[in-house]
Amino acid sequence: MTTQTILPVNTESLQATSLRNNEPNWLTELRLEALELASQLELPRLEKTRIDRWNTQSYGAYQESTVIDSLENLPVSVQGLIKDEALEGSLIVQHNSGVVYTHLSSELAKQGVIFMDLHTAASEHGDLVKSYLHKAIEKGENAITALHAALWNGGVFLYVPKNVEVTLPLQAIFLTDEEQSTFAPHILIIADTNSSVTYVDNYVSGEIEGNVVHNGSVEVFVKAGAKVRYATVHQFGNEVTDLSYRRAVVENDGVIEWIVGEMNDGNTMSDTSSILKGNGASTDAKVIAVGSGAQKLNYTTRAQHFGKNTPSQMITRAVLREQSTAIINGITKIEHGASKADGQQTEKVLMLSPKARGDANPILLIDEDDVTAGHAASVGQVNAEQVYYLMSRGISRTEAEALIIYGFLAPVVSQIPLEGLRTQLQALVERKLGR
Amino acid sequence: MTTNFVIEGLKASIEGKEILKGINLKMKGGEIHAIMGPNGTGKSTLASALMGHPKYEVTAGSVLLNDEEVLEMAVDERARSGLFLGMQYPSEISGVTNSDFLRSAINARREEGSEISLIRFIRQMEAKMKELDMNPEFLHRYLNEGFSGGEKKRNEILQMMMLDPKIVILDEIDSGLDIDALKIVANGVNAMRSEDRGFLIITHYQRLLDYVKPDFVHVMMQGRIVKSGGPELAQRLEAEGYDWVKEELGIEDETVGQA
Repeated sequence: MTTQTILPVNTESLQATSLRNNEPNWLTELRLEALELASQLELPRLEKTRIDRWNTQSYGAYQESTVIDSLENLPVSVQGLIKDEALEGSLIVQHNSGVVYTHLSSELAKQGVIFMDLHTAASEHGDLVKSYLHKAIEKGENAITALHAALWNGGVFLYVPKNVEVTLPLQAIFLTDEEQSTFAPHILIIADTNSSVTYVDNYVSGEIEGNVVHNGSVEVFVKAGAKVRYATVHQFGNEVTDLSYRRAVVENDGVIEWIVGEMNDGNTMSDTSSILKGNGASTDAKVIAVGSGAQKLNYTTRAQHFGKNTPSQMITRAVLREQSTAIINGITKIEHGASKADGQQTEKVLMLSPKARGDANPILLIDEDDVTAGHAASVGQVNAEQVYYLMSRGISRTEAEALIIYGFLAPVVSQIPLEGLRTQLQALVERKLGR
Repeated sequence: MTTNFVIEGLKASIEGKEILKGINLKMKGGEIHAIMGPNGTGKSTLASALMGHPKYEVTAGSVLLNDEEVLEMAVDERARSGLFLGMQYPSEISGVTNSDFLRSAINARREEGSEISLIRFIRQMEAKMKELDMNPEFLHRYLNEGFSGGEKKRNEILQMMMLDPKIVILDEIDSGLDIDALKIVANGVNAMRSEDRGFLIITHYQRLLDYVKPDFVHVMMQGRIVKSGGPELAQRLEAEGYDWVKEELGIEDETVGQA
C-alpha cells in the first residue's frame, strides 16, 4: 500500500519563510528540493511497527520566536534541566520553532569553537554548513528525512577546530509547548582533526493542547583522531510523536560515543547510526529506555564498518510497563574490506506487565571474513525467584522489583561518564516507572 | 523473651502433589536442630514452605514464631519478624550490588528516618566479611553474580550475620563447600549462637555437624519427621547410613514426590 505523504506546507509558504529568515539561496533551494522529494517518498518501513498509523502529520507551521536575554525568562521546567557547568558555560535553548537563547563561553570562542543556531550558521558559516548539511542523513532517504530537510528550524551548529579539546560539556535544550509550531531542530556537529568535545541535549515538552511531531536530525562528523561524545535525553509528553535520526560519520581513528536516554511518553522512532568510514574508527552506543502506557517504540542502533580495525559496541536496555511495545533492532554491518573489524551488540528487554511486549532483533550482516562479531539479546519478565530471594531478606515486593529493575539498567547507567546526566536519568527512570 | 518456634501439622504441596505430610517440630532460642535425611524426602521443601516460596502451597498446619502465625505473613514479613533462610541455590541478581541489597534489607527493618548510616553499615559489613574471610571487593560485586558455590554460601552466612534473625534455617549450606570453607561457615554459625536465636540446619551429611554441634537431630523420610534424637543419632547415621532407620520403621522407599 502506498501512503501519500500529505505535505504540511506548500512551496510558496516554505519559500516565503526562508526568505523572511534571510536564508542564503542555496538553503532555500535545498528546502524546496526536499519538499518536492517529500511529496514523492514514503514513510520508512520499520520492523514490526506500523508507523503509518502514528500521528506523523502534526507539523504545525513555522512560528517566529522571541529571543530572550536571560535564562530567568525560560519556563521553570526548562531551567531545571540546565546542568551546572552549562550555566557558566555554553548553552543553546530552542523554544518551538526557533532558538531563543545562545551562549558560548568566551574561552571557547577564543579557541575558534563555533556554537550557534543552525539558521545563523547557514548565513555566517555558509560554506561549512553547506558542505555537511544532510550529507550524513540524506534528504531523499524517506518522507521523514525529506520533510525534515524542508522544514528544519532552530537547531545547533557546533564546530570544534583542529586540536581543540573542549573539557566542559556544551548543552542544548529543545522545548515544544505550542501545537501550532513546527518543531524540527537539526543538530550539526563537526569535530575537526584531533579535537574532542562532549555535547549534551534535552528534548522536552510543556503543556500542549493538541499533538506535535518532533522530526529531528542529528549529524555528527568526526574527523581523523577526533572524539565526540553525544548524550541526549528525550522526555516528551504523550502528545508528541518523536521521530529522531542520529548519524555519525567517523574518519580514521575517530571516536563517536552515543548515550541515549529514551524517556518519552509518546510514540517514538529513534535511529542511531555510526558509519565507521576510516581505519581505526570506533563507536560505543548506549541506549536506555523505559516504556509505559500504550507507547509504541521502535529503537534502532546501527554500526556500519568500512574501515579496517574498527570496533563497535552497542547496548540497548529497555524496561516496559503497562501496554507499551518496543521493537529493538541492533544492526552490525561489516562491509567487504573492513578486515579486523569487531562488532558487538546487546539488546535486553525487561517486561513488567503481561501486556507489555518487547522484541529484540540483533542483526549481523558481514561481508568480510577477517572480523569478529557478537550479539546477545534477551527478552524476559522480572524473575519471580529473584523477587522471592530479595523478599526473604525482608525487602518489600515493590522495593524488590525496583531493585531488580534499576539493577537491569545499572550496568548501562553506571557507565555514563557525566554525573549530572546520570542523576537526571535515574530520576527520569523513577518517574517513568511511576515511583 | 526467649524465642519460640512451633511447627504443627504442616502440609505442603507443589503443583498439586503433596510433599510435606504433616511436620511437627518445636524449637527454642539457644537450640540447634538438625534435619537429616536422604535426597528427595522433603527437607528443602520444608525450608521453602517455612519461608513462603511461591511455588509451594501450604495446605494445612500452623507455624508460630513467638505466638505469631508465620503462614499468614508475606515472605518479606516473615523475614522482618525474624525468620532467615540460608538458601541452597541463592539467586544471582545483576546490577544490584551486595552492599545496596543488604542495606535495603537492613533498612526494611527500620523506621523511615532512622535508616542505618552508610559509614556504620560499611564498617559492620567489612568486619563481618573479615570474619568470613571474604574479599572486601564482594561489597561492590553484583549480588551473587559470578560467585562460586562457596562464595554464595559465605554470602548467605554474611546476610545472616548482618540481619540478626531469631530463627535461622540453613538449607544444605554445606553442599559444595570444601573443608576450609565449611569451617569458616561453621564458625560463622557458632559465632551467632545465642540464647534467643534458634537454628534449623538441613543437611544430608554429618560433616557440618562435626563443627556445629546440634542439640537435636531429626530424620526426615516420606515428607515426615520419622525419628528424633540427640547428637548421637547423627553420628550413627554417619557411621551406618539410613538403611537401619528404614528397616526399623518398615520403610521401603523413603522419597516423596519428585526426587
